[in-house]
Amino acid sequence: MSARKIPAPPANVENQDFWEACNEGRLMLPRCGDTGKVFWYPRKVSPFTLSGNVETVEAAGTGEIYTYSIMRRSDPQYAIGYVRLDEGITMMTNFVDCDFESLAVGMKVRLVFVEAESGQKVPCFTPA
Amino acid sequence: MHTRGKAFIAGIFEHPTRKAVDKSVAQLHAESARGALEDAGLSVEDVDAYYCAGDAPGLGPLSMIDYMGLRNVRHMDATDVGGSSYVLHVGHAAQAVAAGKCKVALITLAGRPRSEGMATGTAPRNYGDASPDVPFEFIYGPTVVNMYAMAARRHMHEFGTTSEQLAWIKVAASHHAQHNEHAMLRQVVTVDDVVASPMIADPLHRLDCCVISDGGGAFVVVAPEIAASLKRECVKVLGCGEAPKNLMSGQVDLTYTGARWSGTQAFEEAGVAPGDIDYASIYDSFTITVLETIEDLGFCEKGKGGAFVADGNLISGTGALPFNTDGGGLCNNHPMNRGGLTKVLEAVRQLRGEAHPAVQVKDCRLALAHGTGGSIGTRMGSATTILGRVDA
Repeated sequence: MSARKIPAPPANVENQDFWEACNEGRLMLPRCGDTGKVFWYPRKVSPFTLSGNVETVEAAGTGEIYTYSIMRRSDPQYAIGYVRLDEGITMMTNFVDCDFESLAVGMKVRLVFVEAESGQKVPCFTPA
Repeated sequence: MHTRGKAFIAGIFEHPTRKAVDKSVAQLHAESARGALEDAGLSVEDVDAYYCAGDAPGLGPLSMIDYMGLRNVRHMDATDVGGSSYVLHVGHAAQAVAAGKCKVALITLAGRPRSEGMATGTAPRNYGDASPDVPFEFIYGPTVVNMYAMAARRHMHEFGTTSEQLAWIKVAASHHAQHNEHAMLRQVVTVDDVVASPMIADPLHRLDCCVISDGGGAFVVVAPEIAASLKRECVKVLGCGEAPKNLMSGQVDLTYTGARWSGTQAFEEAGVAPGDIDYASIYDSFTITVLETIEDLGFCEKGKGGAFVADGNLISGTGALPFNTDGGGLCNNHPMNRGGLTKVLEAVRQLRGEAHPAVQVKDCRLALAHGTGGSIGTRMGSATTILGRVDA
């Protein structure tokens, strides 16, 4: 069964550098420069202080499944979920290169990059 | 300033259609408005406030006020928080009435997703490329069903909730819907029927989902002196609350909803507790929506919702918490994929003693209506209102 095609993420001036890093194989997490806290999703304004003092830190690419669902009413089927990264944030993703039936909450997963329809690489996860 | 007892719901109307191939959205709004005003014994000339949400065509209130010929409007609200909007509008209307900004507020909802063949639950939903969260979620295929399914999965993981317990919510709704001649699904179903229905997005089955229906509805919120002048029995607005719940900067938690906060506000304003509520209209886009909301409103402890809803506890006449006695969104009607307004309507029917005799709660004095909008736990609106009989 072929995998679901991931549509191109809508890039804009605020998230352009995030997607460029993905193309270089790096998942960059935004971090508030005032509080030192990592947050998700990427933005240039801190959701903790509303300041523009936002830096980035590269994710180790490891975490565990917070929750997931297999979309049965779709051809091809796909597995969507939220992963809690070891850095402490939870992000949406697809689980790829695996038997969907083997997925479980709490399963350790690792980062892989998958090409979207545009060729842009996007972060996905697979069992570690 | 509290609004307890300072506004009343005077008229309601639920459009009987469930498939409106021959009517426009604006027309459904207007027919619903006419029905609610007639029910109240009021006229178009009496309306001095109009509220609607994202389902209203064109420029919302600006388009609809013109279309319906509302000539005396001096207060408007188009707050759109998805399906919870109309429950939130009860609160905003009550506040405006209490502040003296208006005396007769008309609220309408309408849409025709069924006639338009909308893949409501199973097509990935893009809130617009300009929405800042969209690039980081939409690409992964979030649909209405799988977003709620992920909440159900996590709730099961943390609290041991089962598919069979969730199924009881649909079973209760179907017991009520059998008595509603307008309901889309009138057949009584069993727990086995629900868990044997096709899986849409694990762990939610087809029968864990609400119906997709065309239609609409309306209600009228009025000042005390207007209520006192009408022949029709009005119900009192006792308390209201509203709250957002979101991705929380990456600290995602899908096991609870904004009802935790909107419910607290509403109970405090009304001066009552969950145990005082005789009837509850609980937003039921999916079975999991009901289960989490019941916990968050305080009808049971967090995590105990599965045991609470099981064994018919939501069925009127036998259960401790009669809910959605019109059949709810799960079986009756979910016009324009927004079930908040119909939640208010059935609460009013119960307080007036005008629910179907087979599901009417005896001596119903206090009712609660709760709306959920957007997507559970991640970008959701929650709105709660507590209504009472005039003597409550």
